[in-house]
Amino acid sequence: MEQLLHFFSFQDPIIRNVILGTILLSISSSLVGCFTFLRKRSLVGDAVAHAVLPGICVAFILHGEKNLWILMIGAFVAGWLSLIVIDLIANKSKIPEDSAIALVLSVFFGVGTLLLTHIQHNPSLSSNAAGLENFLFGNAIAINQQDLYAFGTIACILLATITILYKEFILVSFDVNFAKTIGFPVRVLELILTTLTVLAVVIGIQSVGVVLMSAMLITPAATARFWTQKLNVFILIATFLGVISSISGSFISYVTPSPTGPWIVMILSLIAIVSFLFAPDRGIISKLMKQNAFKQKVIDENILKALYQLGENEQKSDIQYSIKELLNKRPMDESVLSKGLYRLTKERFLIQENDTWQLTPLGKNKGQRITKIHRLWEVYLTKYVQIAPDHVHEDADSIEHILTPELEKKLEELLEYPSTDPHNTTIPYKK
Amino acid sequence: MVTQVENPILEVHDLTVSYQSKPVLWNVDFSLPSGSLTGIIGPNGAGKSTLIKSIMGLTEKNSGYIKLFDKPLSKVRKKVSYVPQRESVDWNFPTSVFDIVLMGRYGHLGLFKRPKQADKEFALECLRDVGMEEFKDRQISQLSGGQQQRVFLARALAQNADIYFMDEPFVGVDAATEAAIIELLKKMRNQGKTVIVVHHDLQSVKKYFDWVILINMRLIASGPTETTFTKDTLQEAYGGKLTLLSQISDLLSKEDIPTRQG
Repeated sequence: MEQLLHFFSFQDPIIRNVILGTILLSISSSLVGCFTFLRKRSLVGDAVAHAVLPGICVAFILHGEKNLWILMIGAFVAGWLSLIVIDLIANKSKIPEDSAIALVLSVFFGVGTLLLTHIQHNPSLSSNAAGLENFLFGNAIAINQQDLYAFGTIACILLATITILYKEFILVSFDVNFAKTIGFPVRVLELILTTLTVLAVVIGIQSVGVVLMSAMLITPAATARFWTQKLNVFILIATFLGVISSISGSFISYVTPSPTGPWIVMILSLIAIVSFLFAPDRGIISKLMKQNAFKQKVIDENILKALYQLGENEQKSDIQYSIKELLNKRPMDESVLSKGLYRLTKERFLIQENDTWQLTPLGKNKGQRITKIHRLWEVYLTKYVQIAPDHVHEDADSIEHILTPELEKKLEELLEYPSTDPHNTTIPYKK
Repeated sequence: MVTQVENPILEVHDLTVSYQSKPVLWNVDFSLPSGSLTGIIGPNGAGKSTLIKSIMGLTEKNSGYIKLFDKPLSKVRKKVSYVPQRESVDWNFPTSVFDIVLMGRYGHLGLFKRPKQADKEFALECLRDVGMEEFKDRQISQLSGGQQQRVFLARALAQNADIYFMDEPFVGVDAATEAAIIELLKKMRNQGKTVIVVHHDLQSVKKYFDWVILINMRLIASGPTETTFTKDTLQEAYGGKLTLLSQISDLLSKEDIPTRQG
């Protein structure tokens, strides 16, 4: 608690710098990442993030000191160069784009690591190089006042550009060909978007490092996509997730004490996993639940259909059937059947008496409808799709559970209420 | 059999296009009269989409030139509208029907400017014209194929152009949508607009179009449907590719020989 208060009191200038720095970083990277994600260029973001390393090293070797602006220029040039090389390889050789991206990523990063080792082993360079290795995995504690100004400036440039060119960026992300035909300078707009990506990466390398930077770009956008279909909301959620992870990541790294960057990425990934599982509509759990509900519906409808068909040839309507008779009519797992019978009894489609079941009027109605659709669909398949009568049963078995009342009506009208199905069984209509 | 016209609204002169040094269109040369509803007809892989893409400047051409209203495209963009194939975009994109239609106004707005009230009203009117007004706030991911096509059409209407190029607008749409679209296209033609449609259902050609362009890697015929859409020209377009032409095309691609620079 004390730690919490101390952390959020902003008294400690180091903590203040870390929080502000990572917030600026996450706003920039999440915003830019939204467009990278929408343009399906996530992999390119990853490549750029890794490719800035040799640029930083070269800038340091040439300048001889660790000056943030100089290093940023180096990073910027290298990031840019990597994109040009990817484009060149993809367009001028027969190597497909994804391979080109992988190639550039590993070659640039490899050269970067090589240069970094060279700097550390060279006595005339290494004396000034303290902290340079931070660019690999990031070190948020090292953010100072000057860095903050730099981050702030770049974040403002990013925000302003995205605000001014919002409609253009969205159009280019959605339909690049259309944008070309109305005369938008698509190449320039794409160049600007890519420049923004490089800028966001450059802010991030100090606190998160080149290795984890792509997570900062893509994860917020990919996660936000689970929660909304609306564009503005999507961008807001992504930015919000970025900021939340930055603050909580910084806090955990302060309390434990451990590096900030990996914690921010950990939190982001955790939120991503939770969203992946639990988001409504698009989440795994919600999908599984929907599938499960459908499975139950199919079982229930099959039971009602079987009971209806058992009673079809009898004169009396209120006959009770045992589990054994039902299984004879429609083989299925016995435990599945008894669970279905229990559900149907509870929903008043069936009446249970000892170990036998009888359809209520409600259940009979439903059984009749399913049977009718099944047989109508068989008629449709033989008549219109010209499938042999002995091949239509299985298909009808699945269609009977899906058909909506509107389609059911259309089907009846199209077939003009036939009286029998292809197997010469009577089709039951509601009286 | 190519009917050239006086004062054409579109003139394609000696156009040759290739993909990765594999030629797909050879020396295509035709002109179109203003106010026609034209079908571009040909078998799969004949270069129909490539033809309108190169007219719209989306694919590079090896030789030839294209003039619209007797000018290059860059001078008359606001008068020209292009409807890409439905599958060319990601319909899972997080945006609404109305926002897509509003994109049709972007060409007139130019860079930096936001759509004004008048643009929004016009976009809504276009949405009404395609019978999709009540879908305006729907997310595009929830649309059926036919509805997606109508949305693209509404976006094109919002451009308020004089000449429209449409790539396979009838593919994967229901019969009701197809009827509604052709009705709309005919209405547009009657208002003096020129509409060019990539189409591959031969049965409906005579019913839909008053002008046809038949291609199969090269131009077979271009002219009024009645005189141009005949057994002979169809035979030529669909009677198999010219074997020699496609063999040479493959050869050029394999050897990486540039076809006619510049």
